[in-house]
Amino acid sequence: MVWLRRAWLSILTHVGALLPLARLIWNFFHDQLTANPIQYITFQTGKSALVLLVLALACTPLNTIFELKRVVGLRKTLGLYAFLYATLHFLTFVGLDYQFDPELLKEAIFKKRYALVGFAAFLSLLPLAITSTKGWMRRLGKNWKRLHRLIYLAALLAVIHFVWLVKSDIREPLGYGAVVLLLLALRLKAIRKALVDLRERVAARRRSYNRVTFREDLQ
Amino acid sequence: MFPPGLWAADAYDELRKELTPLKAITGYNNFYEFSTKKEDVAPLSQAFRTSPWSVKVGGHVSKPGTFDIDDIRKRFPQEERVYRLRCVEGWSMVIPWMGFPLAALLKVVEPTPKAKYVRFETLQDWKQMPGQKSSWYSWPYVEGLRLDEAMNDLAILATGLYGNPLPPQNGAPIRLVVPWKYGFKSIKSIVKIDLVGSMPNSLWMQAAPNEYGFYANVNPAVDHPRWSQATERRIGELLRRKTLPFNGYAEQVKQLYAGMDLRRDF
Repeated sequence: MVWLRRAWLSILTHVGALLPLARLIWNFFHDQLTANPIQYITFQTGKSALVLLVLALACTPLNTIFELKRVVGLRKTLGLYAFLYATLHFLTFVGLDYQFDPELLKEAIFKKRYALVGFAAFLSLLPLAITSTKGWMRRLGKNWKRLHRLIYLAALLAVIHFVWLVKSDIREPLGYGAVVLLLLALRLKAIRKALVDLRERVAARRRSYNRVTFREDLQ
Repeated sequence: MFPPGLWAADAYDELRKELTPLKAITGYNNFYEFSTKKEDVAPLSQAFRTSPWSVKVGGHVSKPGTFDIDDIRKRFPQEERVYRLRCVEGWSMVIPWMGFPLAALLKVVEPTPKAKYVRFETLQDWKQMPGQKSSWYSWPYVEGLRLDEAMNDLAILATGLYGNPLPPQNGAPIRLVVPWKYGFKSIKSIVKIDLVGSMPNSLWMQAAPNEYGFYANVNPAVDHPRWSQATERRIGELLRRKTLPFNGYAEQVKQLYAGMDLRRDF
């Protein structure tokens, strides 16, 4: 069972990330895609993409604060699943909703500014998905990291996309926006350094506390 | 200039073939008093008390009064009207309502010359309508029509659907249906109707004045500031339809707006 102890987090990530897709397929076969199935699929895939994007962005700060190195390894998986749902979302809009009709699409994308912004978010994820392999990482070297900062842009665009498409009540999209901004702020050098210092101080205190109690136990 | 209205005697049957299934009409509802999620409105509204119910009609009228819902049903002959409903969000349905012209009720209370607009109000009761706990919107729901719009024969007060009394999620026991305007104008579960002198400020006008206007006539040529209104998805259909001016009722209502700039008075 050593493999399970090593892989459970990764397995959990895959299962969790595939759950929304499984639910869509289940609902499709049980006629539960609501009265407006295309809109339902659009909303569900879009929401899943955004949640996964936020989770991918959370990995690095989680490691900074709690020193969870294993979580960093999930970034790629989460990011690729976010891209999978973004692709399904985009294809639903273009293919199912607008039947690839160029006339309608031109009108829809350029009149619906939220669609334009969503498209931009999708386009900024595209190179990240393509260069997610080890080979590309090696080939790009230092630039790989630079390129992959595009995910910050993608997340911000995705939030704006969400804010602009709701009818009036923007509290939910703004909630996502706040989380994204927080996750980006935690990456700022000064904040990151303060967090690492804090983490180390807490760890040091715990070590000395353990030492003291251990000695008392001995007596 | 406009396509012929489909609400003509011979078009009635044509529209009838396209009726949206009852399951969709009663399961996909925008009724924010219960929930902002369309699928949650039906389950959340089943315990809604629609009896006893009365509608208070007043304002600039000679004969104000409070009308019991049972009396309304008896007093005003109920007829079936099959109407398209176009939501501002870009979807539409074809619905067989039961109801009577709003004009019939207004004639009974006799509007005075001071009456220029009709203001409608939905019940406010957050114990029954959990969505009203949300402070984002300024409850109660208010909507309005110009008096001449209200007197148009197409504007009805609906009390039924598919031959049965309205289910709660569709605005029981009595709601407005104005088929040439976006769905949000057709206010649900009405408790108060006032004839007033100035333009009522509706809930949607308060929520986003630059996006939801007083007139809210269905118009493919005037886009919502953030999305196009040129096409719509008819619930149950795969392909998008072109949206019709005044939702296809131009012949009956376009004279109401002669000389008006519909881009400005959206």
